[in-house]
Amino acid sequence: MIDDILNFLDPYWWLIIGVVKAVIIAVGLLSTVPLLVWLERRLMGRFQVRLGPNRVGPLGLGQALADAIKLLFKENIVQSSADKFLFYLAPAVVVFTAIVTFSAIPFGEPFEVGGESIGLWGANLNIGLLFIFAVSSMGIYGIVLAGLSSNNKYSLMGGLRSSAQMISYELTLGLSALCVVLMSGSLNLYDIVKSQSDMPYAIPLFPAFVLFFIAGVAETNRAPFDLPEAEQELVAGFFTEYSGMKFAMFFMGEYINMITMSALITILFLGGWNSYIGFDIPILVFAFKVFLLLCVFIWLRSTFPRIRYDRLMTFGWKILLPTSLVTMLAYSAIKVLVIDA
Amino acid sequence: MELLIFYPLALVSVILALFVVFNKSPIGSAVCLIGMMLGLAGVFILLQAHFLAILQIIVYAGAIMVLFMFVIMLLNLKDDDTKWKIRERNIFLSSATGVLIVGILYKIIDVTTDTKFDSPATVPDNFGTVEVVGTALFTDFVLPFEVASILLLAAMVGAVVLAKSKVD
Amino acid sequence: MVPLTHYLIFSAVLFSIGVLGVLIRRNAIVVFMCVEIMLNAVNVSLIAFDRYLNQHDGQIFSFMVMCVAAAEVSVGLAIVIALFRNKATVNLDEINLMKW
Repeated sequence: MIDDILNFLDPYWWLIIGVVKAVIIAVGLLSTVPLLVWLERRLMGRFQVRLGPNRVGPLGLGQALADAIKLLFKENIVQSSADKFLFYLAPAVVVFTAIVTFSAIPFGEPFEVGGESIGLWGANLNIGLLFIFAVSSMGIYGIVLAGLSSNNKYSLMGGLRSSAQMISYELTLGLSALCVVLMSGSLNLYDIVKSQSDMPYAIPLFPAFVLFFIAGVAETNRAPFDLPEAEQELVAGFFTEYSGMKFAMFFMGEYINMITMSALITILFLGGWNSYIGFDIPILVFAFKVFLLLCVFIWLRSTFPRIRYDRLMTFGWKILLPTSLVTMLAYSAIKVLVIDA
Repeated sequence: MELLIFYPLALVSVILALFVVFNKSPIGSAVCLIGMMLGLAGVFILLQAHFLAILQIIVYAGAIMVLFMFVIMLLNLKDDDTKWKIRERNIFLSSATGVLIVGILYKIIDVTTDTKFDSPATVPDNFGTVEVVGTALFTDFVLPFEVASILLLAAMVGAVVLAKSKVD
Repeated sequence: MVPLTHYLIFSAVLFSIGVLGVLIRRNAIVVFMCVEIMLNAVNVSLIAFDRYLNQHDGQIFSFMVMCVAAAEVSVGLAIVIALFRNKATVNLDEINLMKW
């Protein structure tokens, strides 16, 4: 009986492994979000010389759980003027694209189990980098639809701002990532990490690294580029009308995007799971780098004031984009004239 | 396997395309169009044009449709289209469309009766990858590529000039 | 395997839906979307031919189609915005200054 089942399953092992990996990635990401919220609140507290949440559970760790439970049991309000279908679709799009983006990110060397080589990634795509850009660009629709469907001026402004901001900063993001592609000669994220075994690209490609980081912060809608939400002027912008779990889904989307962006920066510029100091547990090295970057994201949020909307656009189009174009051209010239020659 | 993927994808794409035409609000049309483009990206992957599939998502679904959404938001066209009517019945136009469709279908069936179109050609492993398409683009098709870039530049300048509120 | 004819019929159906939309809708933005449907339909047949003939020309051509679509949309939507500033409508039947 069991043999029959095993025989039947034999040609489909890849499918089962894929499903298991997908479940692990999704559950792992979703359960990291409350921890990240806790980390952010604690760190923000420290940066602002206060304690942060410390009552529920040890070190306030129970706060994350308590918040999650609170949000689950809150009433789901849908105002009567909203476009119902799009109103429900928007948070789903945000979380879905955030999780799917992470599926193409590798976080370690493959290992062997029972003759099967299992890679530590959802999918090792030949065009992994393009896939990530493609799917994460779909994430804008969640925000835009939320802004359009809630029939609220603040939401509309938030949606308008976010679509303009994301289009503008995506260009810089792509161009600076292109520098890495130029140097490594591959769009496959695993190969990109492999090609950094001697030195992380952050050192030779420092300008691209800085540009990518700035554009990455803008892409994830984090402070100081959090104009779409802007609590003070737009009362949380595109999710003004959302409550309960749908509100929480926007939050999850934002935090998962933050993790994905940190992982992407780690892979492209910080050498992925190469530790360079002989510490040889790939996943831990990778997780440590991602953790550091997440702390930097939080640090930025508590340090910088939000920049004005017109300045944001000017900065994106007149400073970042020309700089990234010049950087890209300079590295192409170096690649052709120095490295290949 | 290919059958199982192609027909549902095609069906969903056609239905979504119909929704684009018959949706009451422009936002709904735009959302359906995004869905249709993702469906077509799936069809492209089925045809092993991986690079084009990703481009379809990045360029069409990720950039062009955001532009549509942006304009819909900017003009706030939410209730503008609630009571749209079909254009006055125009016998010439309808018959012309009918003739066009019948002509296209006839030509398709005429051309593809050739047996070499029954099943796909055996293609190399790297068919449709970034590498192969990129090489073709920068060697054999470098002139069209440059012309396309000039076209995009012209479009960019044109868009800026047209959408400027005051011409100084 | 799916014969090429099915891909082409799929593409033709999409194209006809696009034509239909252009002919019966009056909202300028929706008309633009229907033009996009037509361009996409053409891409499907180009890429299908590529796969069945083992060539790359069709993919390059559909790449160019995407470029043209991007250019067309950016200019077209700019025109729509400029029109909206003047007449506060995107209804194509009301934009008839040039009609005699």
